[in-house]
Amino acid sequence: MEDDAPVIYGLEFQARALTPQTAETDAIRFLVGTQSLRYDNQIHIIDFDDENNIINKNVLLHQVGEIWHISTSPADKGVLATCYNKTSDTKVMTCAAVWRMPKELESGSHESPDDSSSNTQTLELLCHLDNTAHGNMACVMWEPMGDGKKIISLADNNILLWDLQESSAKAVLSSSTALEGKGQLKFTSGRWSPHHNCTQIATANDTTVRGWDTRSMRQIYCIENAHGQLVRDLDFNPNKQYYLASCGDDCKVKFWDTRNATEPVKTLEEHSHWVWNVRYNHSHDQLILTGSSDSRVILSNMVSISSEPFGHMVDDDELSDQEDQHQEEKIKEPLQDSVIATYEEHEDSVYAVEWSSADPWLFASLSYDGRLVINRVPRALKYHILL
Amino acid sequence: MAAATAGSGAGSGAAGSPEATGGSTGGGGWRRPHGPLQRYYGPSTAEAAEAPPDPTDINGPHFDPEVFMTKVRSECPLGQLLAREAALSREIRALDSDMQTLLYENYNKFISATDTIRKMKVDFRHMEAEMDDLAANMAAISASSARVSAALQDRHRRGAQLAGVQALLRKLQALVEVPGRLRRWAGTEPARALRCHARARAVLRHYRHLPSFRAIEDESHAIMAELAQRLRTRLRCVHCSLLLAALGSAGLGLFTPEPADHSCCLFPVFCRATPGHQGGDAGPQGTHRVRGDAAALKAVLAYVQLFTARDVAFASLPYFKGEFCVTAVREGLVVAFVRWLCHTARGFADGPAERGAPAAPPALLLLLARLCLDYENSTISYILTLTDEQFPPQDSGPAVTPGPALCAEARAAAQRLLDHYVQVQGAAVAQMLRKSVETRDWLGTVEPRNVRAVMKRVVEDITAIDVQVGQLFEEGVRRAQSSDSSRRAFSVYSSSRAPGRYAPSYTPSAPMDTHLLSNIQKLFSERIDIFSPVEFNKVSVLTGIIKISLKTLLECVRLRTLGRFGLQQVQVDGHYLQLYLWRFASDERVVQGLLDEVAASAAHRCLDPVPMEHSVVELICERG
Repeated sequence: MEDDAPVIYGLEFQARALTPQTAETDAIRFLVGTQSLRYDNQIHIIDFDDENNIINKNVLLHQVGEIWHISTSPADKGVLATCYNKTSDTKVMTCAAVWRMPKELESGSHESPDDSSSNTQTLELLCHLDNTAHGNMACVMWEPMGDGKKIISLADNNILLWDLQESSAKAVLSSSTALEGKGQLKFTSGRWSPHHNCTQIATANDTTVRGWDTRSMRQIYCIENAHGQLVRDLDFNPNKQYYLASCGDDCKVKFWDTRNATEPVKTLEEHSHWVWNVRYNHSHDQLILTGSSDSRVILSNMVSISSEPFGHMVDDDELSDQEDQHQEEKIKEPLQDSVIATYEEHEDSVYAVEWSSADPWLFASLSYDGRLVINRVPRALKYHILL
Repeated sequence: MAAATAGSGAGSGAAGSPEATGGSTGGGGWRRPHGPLQRYYGPSTAEAAEAPPDPTDINGPHFDPEVFMTKVRSECPLGQLLAREAALSREIRALDSDMQTLLYENYNKFISATDTIRKMKVDFRHMEAEMDDLAANMAAISASSARVSAALQDRHRRGAQLAGVQALLRKLQALVEVPGRLRRWAGTEPARALRCHARARAVLRHYRHLPSFRAIEDESHAIMAELAQRLRTRLRCVHCSLLLAALGSAGLGLFTPEPADHSCCLFPVFCRATPGHQGGDAGPQGTHRVRGDAAALKAVLAYVQLFTARDVAFASLPYFKGEFCVTAVREGLVVAFVRWLCHTARGFADGPAERGAPAAPPALLLLLARLCLDYENSTISYILTLTDEQFPPQDSGPAVTPGPALCAEARAAAQRLLDHYVQVQGAAVAQMLRKSVETRDWLGTVEPRNVRAVMKRVVEDITAIDVQVGQLFEEGVRRAQSSDSSRRAFSVYSSSRAPGRYAPSYTPSAPMDTHLLSNIQKLFSERIDIFSPVEFNKVSVLTGIIKISLKTLLECVRLRTLGRFGLQQVQVDGHYLQLYLWRFASDERVVQGLLDEVAASAAHRCLDPVPMEHSVVELICERG
């Protein structure tokens, strides 16, 4: 039981950006981007040694500015994209770029150089996503299951689809669309659906969630007033193609069926402040991770709307012997939708939570003060799900 | 031969009109039938009329063999003549065979038509026989039907007679039953008894010469007299009904005391109390009105008590007492009313406030919270005691809902409403702050000269909320505070804030950052729950709202990049807020802590963190 204890890693700077290394499926590795206006920003590559409970880190310099969003290529371990702030005296511009990390760091060097400050390495710039005409970049999404050549970025009210060519050395804008409407429209976040051949994305702006078809760049559904206040994040259920989770400033997490977007399928109200992040577990979609600025991370079990068989599945011809059925029900008490655990290791607002891409039972959360906490799904639950 | 020629002529389309044909060969009756044939082939009449008669045209209507022969013989050489002859005979043969074919076809059609007619004749004969059969059958059917009805006529008459007798008997039975019914209803439903008696009275008077009817009449008279007597007793308690009459429809509804309906009867009372709140008027009158419904409930109880008055015959029946006191009055009326009240009140908080439907006004939430709380504190126990006194429950009676359970329900409802109130108000203020931070250009702003208007607005709003809550809730306790709290220096940047003994313990190599120290300090301070349940007092409610607002400010500032003057503006705003908000909060350290965090975050998000002189900040705030 003792190795269920959380592992904590501290960064020197504030940080908001966290991502698993998507293309890596063996080692548990997370990337964290820092935010500092006065020092050089860094990307920490954090390797977690599951057996020994040890963290190994490597630091890469990211000198162009503070990192607001980070994402990794699903195909190439060494390629990542960041959204960063370029500040001048009078203007702040959020730009986005695609980078390659040095070869030897790609798969994590386990020798763990102790004095990392002396030999910090720099990222190699592959290309910029030119956004001078489109505004501030909110986030960059890679095509899930793709070959790492297609990315979508959200810039103010634009959705931009880029093709990476010449081994990512050139980004060509292949199509784009803009959200028109009254007032200042600004996308806050977006996710690329892994379903429907990766032809759909969902975006959030203000209190609205919208779905888009990337082939026609047209809106396909729209959930008006999905939350009472700003929607902060979205995620697609990896196993059920029409299910979508959203979270926002009304402290709620809502689950939607995009085919019928008038009412949420389910609502969770566990946090006591804005919910900044919601993530489905990649393989067991009943496990939902949320991070909030009440400095808590909550792991919930939403069996009733997951792809797992829920409760007692009775065939029609079995209905004859009611007695047996009752007995069986008693033995196999189905798991209810519930909060599995609340993690309170953070002292500041948690702006990012992510599942590991390698180990489905492990996740990391990052708070603004630069604390990264790696936690595991409780063992009892793990065995309950597996067995 | 000639006919064949004419037919062929018609076929070739060069023939003239039927009139022309008729005119030239008037005597030839055999030609006439060909008229329609020619018309059918539709030759152009006009053309034919115009062409001059040519006796040498072998296909023409005016062909003259003599002329033709003469012409041919005189004009043609021998070879041509022979060829002509051969051609003509060939033509004649062809026409001959054509005619034969036509004739044969015609004949064939005629034969088949004859056949058909013959067949029809046979068929019709057959049908005629069937029709005769049918007519015979119909006659038989009508005859037997007449027989059947004749046979049944007698029974039908007897049946109708019997039905009449039965109706009469039923009426009689009803009359006989009148006294029993009157007795049954006299206790519970006097109005029904009265109706019943009125209906029966005329008949009874008409037949009073029959002794049995006289007996019935006398008996029902006696019962009605008794009922009148009882009603008169009830009239003595008329002040109760007057009280109810004052309550309008609520009182009237109670004349049919069926337990399940009581909460419905009370509904109008409550509804009349609520419109007052909808206007957002949360003043003392509102409370007064709401408190009035407790009095109404008491009046209702007094009225219901009549049923257990000592001189009512059925009141002492143990079944009635147990059932009525516990199930009807206590559970059905009092408990159901309280439950319904809590449920309705909760509905305002749990309702789909954000998905389109208009939300309840905050003042109503507050008022309902107060109402539920009052119920929890006093009203429920009072009503229950009153009920138990006036309607003593039987020992063996059904289980009753205990008072504490009801109180807990009311308290839960009150808590939910108050929390919702805090969330709604907090969100309103927070929304204002968020928009103000998001839309401002913090990098290019000028040196602050004033507190931003939105901060003044925030303070105004919170003051208004304070007044609103103050009308309904007690002050509540504050933590002891230093006398000069509002004067406290804004000390985020001073080194004294981070005492040296809190050395960084867990963080690896780090460029020292003031923020880090504040983080560590936070380790030792209490965690602040932003949207946490509040207590039932003004201070706690206000603290909740302030916490939500300031946390929003913090999160929004963290999302921006500030210039030097941006930071200074945040500093000024923060100081202003502190100056005016501390007095509302239960623990000024909460306000202070959050504002410190705002300032620290702003400093961290600033490109050029040069804070403003504290004295200048104070000056600006005082002037604002």
